[in-house]
Amino acid sequence: MKTTNRAVRTPGGLSIRLDARAVTVVLLLLVTALAASVVLIGTGDFPIPAADVLRTLVGEGNPGQEFIVNELRLPRVLVGLLVGASLGLGGALFQAISRNPLGSPDVLGLGQGATAGALAVIVLTSGSANQVAVGALVGGLVTGLAIYVLAWKRGVHGYRLVLVGIGVSAIVTAVNGYLLTKSDIVDATRAVVWMTGSLDGRDWDQVWPLLALTAVLVPLVLVNARGLRMMEMGDDVSYALGVRVERVRLLLMVAAVLLTASATAAAGPVSFVALTAPQLARRLTRSPGPNLLPSLCMGATLLVVADWVSQRAFGSEQLPVGVVTGVLGGVYLLWLLVSERRAGRI
Amino acid sequence: MRAGKSAESSTSSGLNNRRSPVNRLSAENVTLAYDQRVIAEHLSVEIPDQSFTVIVGPNACGKSTLLRALSRMLKPSEGRVLLDGNVIQSMPAKKVARTLGLLPQSSVAPDGITVADLVGRGRYPHQGILRQWSTQDERVVQESMRQTGVAELGDRYVDELSGGQRQRVWIAMALAQQTPLLLLDEPTTYLDIQHQIDVLDLCAELHEEQGRTLVAVLHDLNHAARYATHLIALREGRVIAEGAPKDIVTAELVEEVFGLRCQVIDDPETGTPLVVPAARKARAGTAGGKVAATEAS
Repeated sequence: MKTTNRAVRTPGGLSIRLDARAVTVVLLLLVTALAASVVLIGTGDFPIPAADVLRTLVGEGNPGQEFIVNELRLPRVLVGLLVGASLGLGGALFQAISRNPLGSPDVLGLGQGATAGALAVIVLTSGSANQVAVGALVGGLVTGLAIYVLAWKRGVHGYRLVLVGIGVSAIVTAVNGYLLTKSDIVDATRAVVWMTGSLDGRDWDQVWPLLALTAVLVPLVLVNARGLRMMEMGDDVSYALGVRVERVRLLLMVAAVLLTASATAAAGPVSFVALTAPQLARRLTRSPGPNLLPSLCMGATLLVVADWVSQRAFGSEQLPVGVVTGVLGGVYLLWLLVSERRAGRI
Repeated sequence: MRAGKSAESSTSSGLNNRRSPVNRLSAENVTLAYDQRVIAEHLSVEIPDQSFTVIVGPNACGKSTLLRALSRMLKPSEGRVLLDGNVIQSMPAKKVARTLGLLPQSSVAPDGITVADLVGRGRYPHQGILRQWSTQDERVVQESMRQTGVAELGDRYVDELSGGQRQRVWIAMALAQQTPLLLLDEPTTYLDIQHQIDVLDLCAELHEEQGRTLVAVLHDLNHAARYATHLIALREGRVIAEGAPKDIVTAELVEEVFGLRCQVIDDPETGTPLVVPAARKARAGTAGGKVAATEAS
């Protein structure tokens, strides 16, 4: 699929650009994510067939199933979908802004920053789950701000952003290590579980804030996506084309930090989704540009599938989802490096 | 100023420009600086409408900086750049982008982008969220690709192209922007001589046949003298001379601007000035007596 100049036009002079392949990818990913969600809801100590899950979701199940589905498993799956979508979109934004696949939140230390915030709450105050989430959010935002301020010099430039991010990440990791050594065994266990990234015990309290935030941020990001597409060609070209580069970049970076930090606050630092989702999405759409919507859908799909794997593959002993995404993401990253090396690009 | 002739022509053409009612693009008394490093102070330049203006000067004379200021990439720390009578910085970004196009030196073709797709991106300032790809966009892109001779390459990936082809594609993108003014920052750099001429011919065509105002920074003085209708010679952030190449390019000017002793003869092909550097021995031998050598021309 080489030509992407397709458009749907109305007689009134409106036109929307459509890349048939990207649309197909988005639809397929959505279907996969929803199918995986239904399967995931049916999975657990009390298995429910997919047909019953669907019946319960539209309000026609029996009371027992309704409780399990609506109160226990649906919110967990929704958190998974939202966290995955936020990480996928946040990662795509960061990678597009830094024009570098390594410029993703995992590498830049946003996850570590959020972890520091969460650890501080766990270790220093033994706070509740909600307080931990707030701590993580604050930690992520502060780290994002620090990276932006330190990397800002006539615009945030790709390599500079990555290098500053790695530096910040190293510092914050050291802080995290220190906090862990200071903690007692109960807090430390809780901290380590949190740090792996898990969807266990997530309920509607986590769903609503995430949903509200993504409902605001996703449209905001998509409206600015065309400017971001232009910014791929360098600041000068995009500026010459009438993109207000600095404004678009700041706005999108803030959005990306918020998305990543809130996702981390809800599920812990689930590793590698932000790094891999945009890369996988790009390979599926085979289209240049930031591929925002496909990345978002890919993130959601990845996380739900990983959660299903983590629950199924290891039998009754559940594994935190972060372990699965870490393993899958790590393998994928290595494969990417090896294949790019073969193609002579690295 | 040592060279009487160039000084004279610079003042006269300068005055002419200031008297002529409205040129669309001008810099008024601008001071240009990166952070603390001042490149040019109190520089005033007019770009005559419908001209093919070429800015020349030695390395680090501020010619690219001037172009960046004219295209609002760099905000002057003093003075102002005017486009159609408005301070360029205060105008809406997209409106400027529909009037003035820039082909910068550094541009990155995104991975895996096709020629048609890249050229299509030049339509950005004419588009909106609900007007993403009109039939006019499509027509203009086809037309721009035809004019630059890359129509057959539409489905090829930009990274597969040769340097010369790639530069044509970028020019096609700038053309698709459909701006009456087009600024090009060293469009011939990194190209071999055949492709340099090729790109300059294309510029001349755009200027002559479509009446676009072109402003280019060029390294090669002979190319500048052959193709420009209006030449601006800069040194250390000051305009040393401006005007038609035939009027201002003299051995004295070249020596003053570039510090190079030379002869200026008529280009046997076009009759425009042709700069022939003095032989190494002649230059070395008369280190103390520059005037004698310049008079030889």
